[in-house]
Formats: sequence, C-alpha cells, structure tokens
Amino acid sequence: MKYVLLICADEAVGAEHAQDGCGGWDTEMAARGVLYGGAGLRPPADATTIRVRDGETLLTDGPFAETREQMGGFCLIDCADLDEAIEIASKHPAATYGSIEVRPLIP
Amino acid sequence: MTRPDASGPARDGSARAAVDAAFRSDWGQIVATLIRVTGDWDLAEEATQDAFAQAIARWPVDGVPRKPGAWLTATARNRAIDRLRRDKVGAAKLQELAREPHQEESAEPPDLLRLMFTCCHPALALDAQVALTLRTLAGLSVPEIARAFLVSEAALAKRLVRAKSKIQHAGIPYRVPPAHLLPERTPAVLAVLYLLFSEGYAATAGDELVRRPLLAEAIRLARLLCALMPDEPEASGLLALMLLTDSRSSARIADGVVVPLEEQDRSRWDAVAIAEGVGILDAALRRGRPGPYQVQAAIAACHATAATAADTDWRQIATLYGTLRELNPSAVVALNQAVAVGMAYGPAAGLALVDRISGLTGYPLLSATRADLLRRLGRRSEAADAYREAISRATTEPERRYLAGRLAEVS
Repeated sequence: MKYVLLICADEAVGAEHAQDGCGGWDTEMAARGVLYGGAGLRPPADATTIRVRDGETLLTDGPFAETREQMGGFCLIDCADLDEAIEIASKHPAATYGSIEVRPLIP
Repeated sequence: MTRPDASGPARDGSARAAVDAAFRSDWGQIVATLIRVTGDWDLAEEATQDAFAQAIARWPVDGVPRKPGAWLTATARNRAIDRLRRDKVGAAKLQELAREPHQEESAEPPDLLRLMFTCCHPALALDAQVALTLRTLAGLSVPEIARAFLVSEAALAKRLVRAKSKIQHAGIPYRVPPAHLLPERTPAVLAVLYLLFSEGYAATAGDELVRRPLLAEAIRLARLLCALMPDEPEASGLLALMLLTDSRSSARIADGVVVPLEEQDRSRWDAVAIAEGVGILDAALRRGRPGPYQVQAAIAACHATAATAADTDWRQIATLYGTLRELNPSAVVALNQAVAVGMAYGPAAGLALVDRISGLTGYPLLSATRADLLRRLGRRSEAADAYREAISRATTEPERRYLAGRLAEVS
C-alpha cells in the first residue's frame, strides 16, 4: 500500500530543525525498498496559495491555513500495511519533535 | 444433520433457544472467519446475519443441526459466495473462498483473536474500538450499542462505518500483531474489554445502574481472550478481576440504591464466581509477571474472601495499592491507597496520604474521604467543612443523602 507521510511541526520548532536532514532515515528506507521519494519544504512564509473561482485566479500570500503546525516535508512510501507505515514513520527523526500524519493514497 | 423426529410446539421453543445459544457462542467466530476469507467486513456481517435468519426459519422445521456452529458457518459462507457471484469484483475473493478448507488446517492464529486485535487497533479511536468490538465480536445490534453508550443510533452507525472504512482504506492489517508489537497492543484489547465491563457494572448515566448484557458480554469475551492467549497473565488477571467484581452484583443494589461494600449482605455474593476468580488469579500470579489487572484482581480477592467486613485484610490491600501505584501511577489509585492505609493503620496515616495527593481538586470522593478520616480522628469542625464540600460536589442523590447524614453526625 502507498502512503504519504506528512511531516508537520510547530513553525518555530520546524525552522530550528530545517537543516537537520533525516539522520540516515532516508538511506535506510531506500535500502529497504519502501521509500519512493519526498522532500523538505521551504517555510510557509514562502508559500503562495492559488484558487480559481468563476474562472478568476485568486492568489493568497502564505499557506492555505494559518495553523501553528505546518507541513515541513513529505515522503511517499510503499509498504505492506498501516503497521509497517507506522513503524517507518516512527523512525523518522521529525516524529520526536513534530508529528507525522500517515495518509493512504487513493489507489 | 437434521432431527426428523422432532415435532410439535415444544420443538419451536427449543429451536429458538438453540438459535439464541448459537448466536451468543458463534456469532463472532463466524464473522471472523468470513472477514478473513472475504476481506470484506460488511459482507461478513451481512452473510452471518442471513445465516442466523435462515436458522430461525429452518431449525423449527428441519430440527436443530447436530453442529449448529458448522451449519451456520457453512450457510454464511454460501450466502457470501452468492453475493460475490453477483458482483464482478468478487471473482478473486470467490477463489479464496474455494481454497478456504485447506487454510483451516494451518497453524494460523484463531480468527477470533485476529478480529479482537483488529477491532482494537490503536489507529482507531477508543470509542470506535469499543463500538466495533461490540458489533463484530459480540453481535450486538446498532440500537443496543447506542443504548448502552447513550449515543444516537445515527452517530453510532456513522462511527462504525468510519471505523470499517478506515480498516479497509488505511490498510489496517487483519491479524494478530507480530510478537514485537504484542506487548504494546495487548493492553488496548484488555482496556476495551474492561471498559465494556465497567460500563456494564456502573453505568455512567441512564436509568439502570447495572447493564447485565454488557457485563455478560465483557466476561464472555475475556474468557475467550484467556483461552486464545493462555500465556498472557494480564488477560487472566482481567478475567479474575471481572469475576470477583461481578460476584458482588446481586448484593450491590438494594431498592435502586448502591450498597457500600462494607454493608453488603455477603451471603448473597456468588461463591462460585469468587472461587473461580481466585483460582484464575492464583494461576496467573504464579507466572511471576504481575500487571495492573492482576493487582486489581488481588485487591478484589481480598474483599471477596473476607467473611465479614471486619475480617478484611486492609494491610494486604494497602500494600497492593502501593504496587498498583508503581505500575500505574494515578491520583485515583493514590486516593484508594490512602483509604486502605486509613483502614489498616488508622485515620491519621490515611489522612497524611490524602493530603499529599495533587491533581484531584474537585473530585467528589477526595473530599468525602478526607471528611471520613477527619471524622474518625474526632476533628469534627474540619470534618463538617469537608462533608459540606463533598455534598456540593456529589453527583447523585443517594450519595448526597449519605453525606448529609454524616454531616449531621459531626455538627
């Protein structure tokens, strides 16, 4: 099954860890054959949100929602089931200071 | 398979009783088997329901089959096959159903245990775990569960649909977790069963103080879990705790009012349940892996085996609460420990512990306990203040009446 791991953290905490990398997690998961890519994200201040309504394109500076917890990165994984996805996510260093949302992909 | 000699109206009654008995003992097993082979929770439930409907129609006419469970499983399986035939995507599942008899001989864990662990998967919210356990394992209907937990049928149905959808779409595996996950997953299963039991024993709201069907289901499922996990002493501890607690049920309520433990008529306690509970607990403790349920069962056993309230071994109970606090630190456990210490070593020792408890401000039993200890120490005006506070926080009328009586004694 395919899942996206949405790596989230409080914005300030996330900025603190922005240059940490993931401490060998990606190498280990790639070697296990479960990691299909992913990336860290620039902070929400650099985001632009786009909506098209009645044919008109509306731009907003910043993220879609102003919440404390912001997505700082994502990974695409392919593994057996939710238990394995939980195990993979819990090994990611960001899980120790932020949170990781595991979302199944629509097949 | 059938009993052609059975005839007359009596046969109808016994057939109905046989269907009821089969429902209690076999529902979960049949659903569990069908989920494994079809992978479809709704189909499994519907096919099982159909099988019982057929039993109600056929058994009074054809007689009760010699192996009702096997008859029901075969019938449910045929219903599932019928439904899958009508459905194109069912083709692959049909092949699995055809292969099924061979799988039964393998060393796979029992289907019921898989079902229990899947219903209690930690990725599901606790209320969903409870609802799913009652529906899928115990076969309770949506209105029955909604009544038991005082939620609307619509809300409960939605909760069940969501939980089943998450199991399917989020890839929650239908299995007993591997050994390295068992220590962290087993407590969830035990917690759900204990929650069912507690809700049945002391309903949090509603008109009835005891909900027999929930109690009976919780005990039945705990027995099942013990049979499926004979090496798990906490499962035995939980079953012993349930049996020992439930043994007091019939003495616990008089005229719709809760009777405190020390005032209960002990001749009405269920001696058979007490003996069984103590036996199960002893066997569990011999494994040398104590846990919170075993310790709580040991405390319940101290109460259950005391011939009179005065014979209660409060020193032993105080020690056990100390152990429980180490395993499971909580202010409520600390309060219970203080009560036991007050009984074992005098009210001053109990009060010293009560005054060290933090985090229970506003908890009605805290001020009631303080009041009681102060009264026994003869500190009447402080006791009166504590009783007044306890009365203002009491949640039920009988409690308030009891506390008001005590207040009158000290003022």
